[in-house]
Amino acid sequence: MAAIEILGLEKTYMVGFWRKRPKRALEPLHLTVDEGEIFGFLGPNGAGKTTTLKLLMGLVFPTAGSARILGREWTDPQIKAQIGFLPEQPYFYDYLTAHELLDYYGQLSGVSAPDRRHRIPEVLSHVGLTDVKGIQLRKFSKGMLQRVGIAQAILHNPRLVFFDEPMSGLDPLGRREVRDLMEQLKREGKTVFFSTHILSDAEALCDRVAIIHKGMLRSVGAIEELTSTVQGKVEVVWQGTNVPAGVRVLSADCHVTGDTVRGIINENQQDAAIDALRRERMRLVSITPLRTSLETYFVEKLQVRCESTSENTVGAAAGTRV
Amino acid sequence: MSARILHIAKNTFREAVRDRVLYNLIAFALLLSGAAILVSQISIDIERLVVVNLGLTAISLFGVLIAIFIGIGLVSKEIEKRTLYTVLSRPVRRWEFIVGKFFGLAGTLVVNTLFMAIGVFGALLYVAHRFSRPDAWIFVALYFIILEFLIICSLSLLFSSFSSPLLSAVFAFSLFVIGSFANDLRGFAGVAHGFTRWFATAAAYLVPNFSTLNVISAVAHQQPLGAHLILQNTLYALFYTVAAMSGAVLIFERRNLK
Ligand SMILES: Nc1ncnc2c1ncn2[C@@H]1O[C@H](COP(=O)(O)OP(=O)(O)OP(=O)(O)O)[C@@H](O)[C@H]1O
Ligand SMILES: [Mg+2]
Repeated sequence: MAAIEILGLEKTYMVGFWRKRPKRALEPLHLTVDEGEIFGFLGPNGAGKTTTLKLLMGLVFPTAGSARILGREWTDPQIKAQIGFLPEQPYFYDYLTAHELLDYYGQLSGVSAPDRRHRIPEVLSHVGLTDVKGIQLRKFSKGMLQRVGIAQAILHNPRLVFFDEPMSGLDPLGRREVRDLMEQLKREGKTVFFSTHILSDAEALCDRVAIIHKGMLRSVGAIEELTSTVQGKVEVVWQGTNVPAGVRVLSADCHVTGDTVRGIINENQQDAAIDALRRERMRLVSITPLRTSLETYFVEKLQVRCESTSENTVGAAAGTRV
Repeated sequence: MSARILHIAKNTFREAVRDRVLYNLIAFALLLSGAAILVSQISIDIERLVVVNLGLTAISLFGVLIAIFIGIGLVSKEIEKRTLYTVLSRPVRRWEFIVGKFFGLAGTLVVNTLFMAIGVFGALLYVAHRFSRPDAWIFVALYFIILEFLIICSLSLLFSSFSSPLLSAVFAFSLFVIGSFANDLRGFAGVAHGFTRWFATAAAYLVPNFSTLNVISAVAHQQPLGAHLILQNTLYALFYTVAAMSGAVLIFERRNLK
């Protein structure tokens, strides 16, 4: 069974104070996510990721289209007990402590009192919040709120979770923990649907991704399918500080960093390059088929410049991943 | 009533308590004890009149202010701060949220009123040294005051579900003021002519009739109240509250969250 089937959901906002004019946030979207997948929903700022999630959560109403979640109509209140949702930049009742908030949310999700008692400390420690007893949420830092957001999304042990930019605001350790958490959810047979523009996270985690831009779905598939578009090129890495003439003639595109050199050459010239390096007694480190990275995909196919924020949006995907 | 409504109501109550809403009780206590001490020193026979009048009027005014100022933010603040996202993505229907909020605010006001009522009876005992039979009518006046709060809560919630807190406050407060003169407005409609008459009549019947709910001065003068007034006011307040709440739910059910 498909966990999520989006059947042509579309959204046009009316904007402007006096004279309302339509603003297309999402073109009719068709997308299916299988159960047990980690599915990445990728796109630059303003692409329509959050809009899609808000539509699925019933927070805004679609201009047209519908969806099915876990086999039921998406508006059916019963499915809500089986899904978890982390909104973008989550914000909670700041007069509550994390325990009180989770207790309240557990009640709303129909978690029994004994279950809440053991589940709340469990999820809090799971997201790395251990010493927060008695502290009101108004005193939480941004990253701590993000962690509370993840905790409330998995509190009731949902079969399907929706995360809107789960890594945002987290320190490197936190990101790592969230990544592990998503992998654990997958191992438990849960489905994870998350939006991001941090491409390295998507590459590391996702079974499949969808790429959306300006409200339009551009492609769906496994990362390898989207990125294996450079045919017949390999990347050769060796130790040294110079490029031997024998390699240079292969019209290699080489970069020297420290005592390693990376060169990109045609696959059929691979042997010639190895011979040239041997003659110069240079130590070969690796030869790998070249793939475009998701970043290259973004920059070239979408013709967008992904803003390089402190979250290392672009840098993390580091040039040519091999 | 579904358990979820109860949980939402409890959380709303908790929010009011933590936002120190009940601190108004201190102001009320100071006002009432000051007045009681003052009248017990200067006058001979009107102590009871002053304490009941002042006490009940203060209960009503304090409560109306609380109802409006919390009520207008109940929904719009949650939309603005996006605290609603993680509530409505749970098995909570939108109408349950609105109804829960309503009961939370109403509960806050009932608790607040109970404390104040204890204060009024205390002050009464202080100035009159004993209770008399007509003092029982004070309970009816308090009951009517709570009915008034229910109407105002529902109206504030209604405004809160579609407009900004500032506008909601203006609407709710104007309705409170006009509604307090509803009987005068009806009288005026009876003697006016043409369009004015038509308009005044429509307005007089649309605004909540708070004048009929206000029996403070009758109770202070120890006049008895009829049973049919109690029944009539109860039905009126219930009808008005349910109508306003239905409007709030209808609007909120269709709303796109920010
Ligand atoms: N409430 C709204 N009213 C009008 N336009 C909106 C509203 N919400 C979103 N939009 C528009 O819809 C488009 C998609 O926005 P959305 O928030 O879905 O983007 P996103 O992919 O989540 O971006 P980001 O990565 O920055 O979070 C944007 O052009 C935005 O301006
Ligand atoms: Mg977004």
